[in-house]
Amino acid sequence: MFKEYTRIKNIIGDIIELEADGVSYRELASITNTNGEVSLAQVIRIEGSKVSLQVFSGAKGLSNIAKVRFLGHPMRVGYSENLLGRIFTGSGVPMDGKPEIENAEDINIGGPSVNPVKRVVPHNFIETRIPMIDIFNPLVESQKLPIFSTPGEPYNELLSRIALQADADVVILGGIGLKFDEFIGFRRKFEEGGIMDRTVMFIHTAADPVVERLLVPDMALAVAEKFGIEGKRVLVLLSDLTAFADALKEISVAMEQVPSNLGYPGSLYSDLASRYEKAVDFDGAGSITILAVTTMPGGDVTHPVPDNTGYITEGQYYLNNGVINPFGSLSRLKQLVIGKVTRKDHGAVMNSMIRLYAKALESKKKISMGFEKTEEDEKFLKYADLFQERFMDLSVDVSLNDALDMGWKTMAECFSAKEVGIKKEILDKHWPEK
Amino acid sequence: MIDSSSTTGHVVGINGNMVTVQIDEGSVVQNEVAFVLVGEMNLKSEVIKVLGQQCYMQVFEDTTGITVGMKVNFTGEMLAVGVAPGILGEIYDGLQNPLELLDNKDGFFLQRGQYQEPVNHEKTWEFTPLVKEGDKIRAGQWLGEVPEHHLSHKILAPLGMLGVAKVKKISSKGEYTVKDVIAELELEGKIIKVTMLQEWPVKKAIKAYKERIFPEELLTTKQRLIDTMFPVSRGGTACIPGPFGAGKTVLQHLLSKFSNADVVIVVACGERAGEVVELINEFPEMEDPQTGGSLMDRTIIICNTSSMPVAAREASVYTGITLAEYYRQMGLDVLVLADSTSRWAQAMREMSGRLEEIPGEEAFPAYLESRIAGLYERAGLVKLHNNEKGAVTLIGTVSPAGGNFEEPVTQATLKVVGAFLGLSRKRSDERKYPAIDPLDSYSLYIDQMADSLNEQMDPDWTKMVKKTKELLSTGAEVGKMMTVVGEEGVNVDDLTKYLKSELVDFTYLQQNAFDDVDCAADLSRQAKDFKLLYKVLSTPFDFDDKKEARKFFTDLQDKFYQKNYVETDNDKYSELTGEIEEIIVSGGGKIV
Repeated sequence: MFKEYTRIKNIIGDIIELEADGVSYRELASITNTNGEVSLAQVIRIEGSKVSLQVFSGAKGLSNIAKVRFLGHPMRVGYSENLLGRIFTGSGVPMDGKPEIENAEDINIGGPSVNPVKRVVPHNFIETRIPMIDIFNPLVESQKLPIFSTPGEPYNELLSRIALQADADVVILGGIGLKFDEFIGFRRKFEEGGIMDRTVMFIHTAADPVVERLLVPDMALAVAEKFGIEGKRVLVLLSDLTAFADALKEISVAMEQVPSNLGYPGSLYSDLASRYEKAVDFDGAGSITILAVTTMPGGDVTHPVPDNTGYITEGQYYLNNGVINPFGSLSRLKQLVIGKVTRKDHGAVMNSMIRLYAKALESKKKISMGFEKTEEDEKFLKYADLFQERFMDLSVDVSLNDALDMGWKTMAECFSAKEVGIKKEILDKHWPEK
Repeated sequence: MIDSSSTTGHVVGINGNMVTVQIDEGSVVQNEVAFVLVGEMNLKSEVIKVLGQQCYMQVFEDTTGITVGMKVNFTGEMLAVGVAPGILGEIYDGLQNPLELLDNKDGFFLQRGQYQEPVNHEKTWEFTPLVKEGDKIRAGQWLGEVPEHHLSHKILAPLGMLGVAKVKKISSKGEYTVKDVIAELELEGKIIKVTMLQEWPVKKAIKAYKERIFPEELLTTKQRLIDTMFPVSRGGTACIPGPFGAGKTVLQHLLSKFSNADVVIVVACGERAGEVVELINEFPEMEDPQTGGSLMDRTIIICNTSSMPVAAREASVYTGITLAEYYRQMGLDVLVLADSTSRWAQAMREMSGRLEEIPGEEAFPAYLESRIAGLYERAGLVKLHNNEKGAVTLIGTVSPAGGNFEEPVTQATLKVVGAFLGLSRKRSDERKYPAIDPLDSYSLYIDQMADSLNEQMDPDWTKMVKKTKELLSTGAEVGKMMTVVGEEGVNVDDLTKYLKSELVDFTYLQQNAFDDVDCAADLSRQAKDFKLLYKVLSTPFDFDDKKEARKFFTDLQDKFYQKNYVETDNDKYSELTGEIEEIIVSGGGKIV
């Protein structure tokens, strides 16, 4: 019933242009190349009868007499409970060797935003069993948080651990420009950790066409949204959104759009925000929590991608030298749960431990500059070592309450009760007896 | 909702949220509203460029599914807001659709093509006439009033009326809906029927007043750093630029809570939805100290968060300022908080890119500066025809890329605002809140308001403030020197200056937003606290050595700090004040 076109006029990068009628904006088309290969493409501009499409699998090897057939609907993803345990490509094709999902409900990707009055103020603590997160910058259900990382840091290991240990009904992994080994790493960890049966993966590897990269977050989030409405608490992991932004850059340059900053399109902020803002705690249904990796090119936080991200998200975790940095990291929603959902001494432990660690670093710096080591310094040095070993080391795996107890123990091993700057009522209750 | 003009057209091109339309019949008005008919849905759009028989429109909705050939109906009217009693306390989207009503209809999501009346058409209001038949009246003058929460909401003669009209008929005291005709005016032989509801195009300033006047009075925010050091006047403008994480959001919330305006309009423009959700949940629960009502009763929230359509984001700021101008016509003090103007500017940039205009710096359009200037110029203090005064104060946040203030939006804004409250990452990293940099920031209003400040606070107030600023910058220089040469490298005098500046910073400029007492310091308290502090600053102590100086200021700092957490009517407050005075005198032996 749909008309077929066999004359592609222009091929520019991964964008093709042809003359066609009755085509609607963002409509999907299927392209059959002369060698029989089929790819999807999406309408991204219409000028009279001239239609521009981006080809998901890329235009490499595409003939200008390939058949283009318009499908009459925008990009969709099939939703079904049976998605759980499955792995798909960026355009939604199974890549785990299993058959297509049957009787899936087609849902549009990139749907409208949630009415702010249908959101509730976030209030649930998500325990990750990583003390640098749980104690110092706790993750709150429906929060959107990036992991700002210099390339080469173990950010994917961190994401996997959070996926395994966090309490979520459904985990959705969106891999964007992943190295093949990283993808296998995720899959293996998820299988070993026994969470694959409540996980859906949308994977784009670095070798896949760039346009598919753009689809991954939207596919992952559309499915997440559906699970969320069904009442599920969904954790979405995206790695790496800098690769997503780079794909936006590539497409917008091919479309001859005027770049704003370092070649990125002027819409970068909106493009990132429309994805991150899918994080939500629905009034009367489930929730979506988003953790995303943003690699910082050259470790520069003022680079447009981390910079725009920082304005959008509710805090950030800085990952450098293999640890979550306690100073730059921030969870903007932490005051909604600390001491309210978590133990009453949480706030005091958090503040004192951080303050003491900051002082400990000053002592370290002083000594490295050749100043004399005082008795005071000795205490702080001991504390710094214990802090790094018991809390910062990413392999530490403890519950929040155990971590808080460990915090009291660590402070008591190094300092007297007077030195930690905590209110008397709390001290009386928690300070360990010698 | 759609009052069609006779003009129709059809879609010939789609690029993102921009649609090109061929006009089939009739005329077209720049900036008029048109609707694209997509199936059953009408998508609201605005004409932004006319080129021969074609025009370019920005669509306020997602454009997925628009097809070449689809019909377009023009309205002949510019994008407008509806103004009437019932706006206060509402939460609107950027186009003035009440989100609560969209909620009832559309479930969790904001489906496109849904539009709702901004105010309830059925609800009745108790109208009291303020004119009588035969009176002469101009545009924007008061025909009557209705109570709206704590305010007397004035019913204005049509804002766009030219010339002087005669009141032919005026309704008597009674209950009316906003659609009932409450007056008939005669202008040049024509009869104008007036309802409480009228429409006004958002991109045109409401100028139905006698004259603009020079702002000379303080807008109190209860933030010491702002009110004392960098005050903003009623009817003035200010900008708050800052990198992410420097505390813009918390500061905005404080301003919307504690500023002593009659009406506060919060425009959440392209920012996080979560922040608006907090306001929506918090404000109805909080008491407005001035009226005893809820804080929401004096607040209007315009909410176009970052994932909502970009074109409506551009409109949202204008919607906010227009509602503010409307309430100003009633002789009220209105504060508009626009968060963030950078997202607004980016919305213009996106559109400009689609129009393929020649870009300026960082791809912002060449008209960025004039648009920003045009917006801030809509703030101001005015004298109405009846000599009452009304004010619109506009405070905009700026989110500069990379936290770099050299970028175009910050620079264009600085040219037109009267106060610059620059947030610094360094201060926020050091947990010094509000993280407004006391050395970089400025306010032109402190001189402009000098007379009224000196009268209100202290005859020497502005002089004291000036001296304190000088001390802060001297202190900072000494501090810088000490990081290089160590404390040994400076003399006791310089160290004393440094310690004094630290005292000001720690106990006066910094304020704890999360403490029930410290979060808000009213003016009389600021006057008391600052004068006491100034006593320390103006006393020339003569310490024997640095250790003594340090000890002296540590004691003093502790007392001042504790005092911040005590209510002024508490005995502890006077006790601490007494102790501080004693300490100052105890340094007395050392005073030269």
